[in-house]
Amino acid sequence: MSVLSEGLVRGWRSLSGSGDNELVPQSRLSGPMPWVIAIMIALTVIAAAAGLALRNTATAAREDLSGGITVQIVEAAPEMREKQAAAALERLKAMPGIVSAELVPSADVDALIEPWLGAGTLAGADAIPVPAMIDARLDGAVSAGRIADIRSELKGVAPAARVDAQSSWLGPVFDAIQSLQWIALAVIVLLALSTAAAVLLAARTALGTNRGTIEVVHLLGGTDAQIARIFQRSIGLDAVGGGAVGLGLGLVVILFVGKRFAALGAGVAMGGTLGWTDWLLILAIPFVGVVLAMLTARLTVLRALRQML
Amino acid sequence: MSTSPDAEIVQFDNVGLRYGTDREVLSDVSFTLHPGSFYFLTGASGAGKTSLLKLLYLAQRPSRGAIRLFGTDAITLPRDRLPGFRRRLGVVFQDFRLVPHLSAFDNVALPLRVAGVSEKDLARPVADMLEWVGLAERLQARPATLSGGEQQRVAIARAVIGRPDLLVADEPTGNVDPEMAVKLLRLFEALNRLGTTVVVATHDVHLLKKVPESLIMRLDRGRLSDPTGALRYPPRRQAAPA
Repeated sequence: MSVLSEGLVRGWRSLSGSGDNELVPQSRLSGPMPWVIAIMIALTVIAAAAGLALRNTATAAREDLSGGITVQIVEAAPEMREKQAAAALERLKAMPGIVSAELVPSADVDALIEPWLGAGTLAGADAIPVPAMIDARLDGAVSAGRIADIRSELKGVAPAARVDAQSSWLGPVFDAIQSLQWIALAVIVLLALSTAAAVLLAARTALGTNRGTIEVVHLLGGTDAQIARIFQRSIGLDAVGGGAVGLGLGLVVILFVGKRFAALGAGVAMGGTLGWTDWLLILAIPFVGVVLAMLTARLTVLRALRQML
Repeated sequence: MSTSPDAEIVQFDNVGLRYGTDREVLSDVSFTLHPGSFYFLTGASGAGKTSLLKLLYLAQRPSRGAIRLFGTDAITLPRDRLPGFRRRLGVVFQDFRLVPHLSAFDNVALPLRVAGVSEKDLARPVADMLEWVGLAERLQARPATLSGGEQQRVAIARAVIGRPDLLVADEPTGNVDPEMAVKLLRLFEALNRLGTTVVVATHDVHLLKKVPESLIMRLDRGRLSDPTGALRYPPRRQAAPA
């Protein structure tokens, strides 16, 4: 007997009473339907967590970079570069709307370049002329107008200065993250549709298997709603079991992957940490799954019953 | 919904029934059933008895003609009103149609549970009914473990437990011994005396003699004859032919 058929037997209990202990299921997770639901819920939980983490990463990065500008002094002569950098830094600190400004130490710049050019490339006679960099933060969002104002302010004291909004560098990254978020959402929708399709097929099969019994209940005066409730409750029980297992599996994966990302210690990765609202959303997935499964079963059965007299 | 004592409980008017594109299994069937009457429906195998009963217990819609049940047009009856009508019917199916997952007790209790009767209120009547049909020791037995006769008695108990306005029985004594057959007929008669209209389909002519007050409806190749005048309005009561 299929799981749904067994579940159906369980479901009859409202109409069959509780006197027959053999109607109680031997094992709720003995067939495919709860496991199909478990897998769907687990994948949905993982996809949702990935989507939420990506959203958090993008949000954190945006917030981090929204007021940030980088001033580069692109000057080959080291003395002139340092002189202009100092002047630009002093002017920036004096400008209204600039919250902070600091020269990026040459050691940090060296460390950034080291993986590509090797160590010690910024010192000595053969030093590569890398621009001096000033990291500044505005009191609000960076706009083209404010960038233009800063450029014109710096033009007099540091003609080699180039001013860029930090967020503009990460624009393609944000676009990529947004694409991944959409993919995660699409995966969730497809999984929901797949779950509904699996429930629909199972409900139809169970309807076929139990057609004789359904006809009898009909002929005894049972309503479509009474019969649909039996299937609905049966699939609901399977979905509760499958949902709990799926949530458990999903959480194990999330915690494992989360631990791996946390071990990176990188700022961007840490920005993807899930908040309590994210966890609430993830925990709500099995409940939504149960409702979806029950609703699908109900509508499928009601639709099929309408074909019967 | 109540039926006035004088109104016909069932009225067939030129009813025809065909399955698919086959020839009609029932043709021009017209009759009336009156409250509190006892009818035997007879005829050879394949005469259309079961098809006529299916129309009576609303398992089938006719291909043509008109059917009124409890004073209401049963053909145009919306689906959502069918359960209410079916709860006023008791049906003994030829193949019993017991629910295989349920015990004898739960099978008999099913019509009451469908109608929303509480467990407290149904436990005693169901047990009494099963005791009456001689199955007091088999309350928890599933149909598969019951003999054909026992299954038939469970089916009959299920049909009469709700004190239906119309009891329709298709060969209800086909699988029981003569003694039990008489006992079951007495049950039908008792129910009939309480006001239930009873229609029993049978090809056992000996059974017809057991209920002298009964009226006979005879089907012959899908057409109804009226040997006792039972189908006229008003019907002429007549003893069953010897």
